[in-house]
Amino acid sequence: MTTTVPRNEPQRIHPHKFLMWAAIGGIVMMFAGLTSAYIVKKNQSSWLQFDLPIEFYYSTGVIVLSSITMYLSAIALKAAKMSQYKAMISITAFLGISFLLFQYLGFKDLQAKNIALVGPRSNSAASFLFVITFLHMMHVLGGVIALIIFWFKAIRKNSTITSLISVEVLGTYWHFVGILWIYLFLFYNWIG
Amino acid sequence: MSNEAVLHTHSGAHDDHEDHSHEHHEQSFISKYVFSQDHKMIAKQFLITGMVWAVLGGLMSVLFRLQLGYPDANFPWLETILGKWAKGGHITPEAYYALVTTHGTVLVFFVLTAGLSGTFANFLIPLQIGARDMASPFMNMLSYWFFFAASIVMLSSIFVETGPFSGGWTAYPPLSALGDASPGSKSGMDLWIVSMALFVVSSLLGGLNYIATILNMRTKGMSMTRLPLTIWALFFTAVLGVLSFPVLLSGFILLIFDRNFGTSFYLSDIFINGVGALPNEGGSAILFQHLFWFLGHPEVYIILLPAMGMVSEILSVNSRKPIFGYMAMIGSLFAIAILAFLVWAHHMFVTGLNPLLGSVFVLLTLLIAVPSAIKVFNWLTTLWRGNIRFTPGMLFAIGFVSLFISGGLTGIWLGNSALDIHLHDTYFVVAHFHIVMGVASMFGMFAGIYHWFPKMYGRFMNNTLAYIHFWVTIAGAYLIFWPMHYQGLAGMPRRYYDFSIWESFKQFQDLNRFISLVAMIVFAVQFCFLFNFFYSIFKGRKVLTQNPWDANTLEWTAPINPGHGNWPGEIPEVYRWAYDYGKDGVDFIPQTTPVGADESVEH
Repeated sequence: MTTTVPRNEPQRIHPHKFLMWAAIGGIVMMFAGLTSAYIVKKNQSSWLQFDLPIEFYYSTGVIVLSSITMYLSAIALKAAKMSQYKAMISITAFLGISFLLFQYLGFKDLQAKNIALVGPRSNSAASFLFVITFLHMMHVLGGVIALIIFWFKAIRKNSTITSLISVEVLGTYWHFVGILWIYLFLFYNWIG
Repeated sequence: MSNEAVLHTHSGAHDDHEDHSHEHHEQSFISKYVFSQDHKMIAKQFLITGMVWAVLGGLMSVLFRLQLGYPDANFPWLETILGKWAKGGHITPEAYYALVTTHGTVLVFFVLTAGLSGTFANFLIPLQIGARDMASPFMNMLSYWFFFAASIVMLSSIFVETGPFSGGWTAYPPLSALGDASPGSKSGMDLWIVSMALFVVSSLLGGLNYIATILNMRTKGMSMTRLPLTIWALFFTAVLGVLSFPVLLSGFILLIFDRNFGTSFYLSDIFINGVGALPNEGGSAILFQHLFWFLGHPEVYIILLPAMGMVSEILSVNSRKPIFGYMAMIGSLFAIAILAFLVWAHHMFVTGLNPLLGSVFVLLTLLIAVPSAIKVFNWLTTLWRGNIRFTPGMLFAIGFVSLFISGGLTGIWLGNSALDIHLHDTYFVVAHFHIVMGVASMFGMFAGIYHWFPKMYGRFMNNTLAYIHFWVTIAGAYLIFWPMHYQGLAGMPRRYYDFSIWESFKQFQDLNRFISLVAMIVFAVQFCFLFNFFYSIFKGRKVLTQNPWDANTLEWTAPINPGHGNWPGEIPEVYRWAYDYGKDGVDFIPQTTPVGADESVEH
């Protein structure tokens, strides 16, 4: 399918790639809305100040690493090195799961410091951190599920017909959720 | 990327892209009518679901108008159909608020968003840009089924014991955030929010597809400035939706946490009778309003722009003249799309908004008058000295222009923060947005249905019924909403259950009765349309020529009943814009006609 070339047409971006970029635009708006609400709320009364849990620093490192392995998996597929592709895509999925785990441990850490994330005792500062981070985790989880599906496809068919386009689309998404987390991480540290 | 590849993404490798005929696919009933991936079938699914909702939403307005028009009368039949919600034949206050809320939600989102842009974006985009189908037909199918699921959940909320949500379609907290706040805030609100979340997903899936299709899948020769204005309008509609619905969703997510997980994003210092003081502290209900109206205002244009686009096309075709100021039309659509994101706080002038900030929003709001006026002038100058064919579609298109002018002018009043102190939450606002957004967009939708019905079903609708439908509806629309301006100027507030106990508003009792009476007549006349629509699908006069309106756009070059893939053989190539009507003395020149050697240069 990747061989379909438009006839007599200027080369246009693949519609599925474009769809991903447009979807990213939508997701950006969602987090822009939430972080704006965060700023508005922060400037009102009773805002709790606390430090980010150390686990969030680890998870930032993990997600940067996973972006690199994602990039390498696309390169491997382009070169038709299937074993390397399978290895890289499974490492990326593993790093994605570790990221989610670190975020979870970060929440645990906050609760251990007696900072309620939800419930009647919670402060909006912690609730915002929780809701925004949780939503980002849901987006990462979507990427992890896609990675696992791609990995299954790769071992089942054991051939090179895995579409490069769809791996590139997934790669775009994966790099995006990584950058989104780095933005949120800087946002929490800088604004919060 | 070729169109064929999109249609066949699930069918494995294939070599020949030439001469694909798509009409020999054997399809089961399920894959043709239910889980169809054909954009034309999905469009019809959106349309008919939207029509079911329009009847339900309209019926709700008749019921609450009954209360407003006849507050002292008892209607035993109401108890028969509504049960405890109309004890003794008299609609209860809870039922009244639930009806108003559901009427608003259903009409704004389910009818005029999904029913309007869902129908016509799906139907017209591939046909008018020369594509076999959408960029992702599967996502397109999902978009409809998410909408269907949202519909089922919303419908089920009407039947729960505590009733559907009743805090207004804007779902402001604390009524929406606290189950104890009112009967409608209990499980009705849970279902409302689930339904709306599904609806947002549906809109996003659809909108992303529309944008990708328009930008990437146009046929050879179809440059952006050769697109019909319908496509431009649907494009900006989709962009608005993709950028604003996620913000609404983020507002809803915070609301869900406040409702179910005890957070305090929107709640602070609340005491509920019978429950006591709540522990929530530090939240701000105004925050929800910001998030809501950041969607809510673009939503108005999501509703209106498709109607504007279709009206531009229909006016040009039926005036036998090119659209006046094609580039100005695109420019004004663009300006409206940008301004749509910069005016949301004009819904919040009386929330204690900083007056200086308010004045900025006044300025930006009044700026919308500029592109709107450009559009109106261009529509009128398109009509000017045209050889007008008064088809039903054309009448509704002209009706749209009339309503857009009348409703738009009162927008200039309401956009002033000083006037808004007096007019906020009165019937003046009700009159304004019903005319400019509600009825006008319904007219755009009717225009589109009458105009493209021959393409949808290969048959014509009945003209006599259509003319009755048009004249009663346009007269009724003005008779219903014009008097509301006077009521609003006199200070009559919206959403009140019974005005007869207010000394200041008693005088409007007869006027209210008149409005209710007209509303019932207009509602009844819509059955002319519904009968006409469904009867004509099966028994209407058959379309015998490919191009019954002598129009230029590509959909009329497809077979009378196009199969999945739209064109047998090659997709036609485009050589000119869509509006060569009356050029060089030729009545119309379709977009597929190559430019002749001795043709004049200017459009």
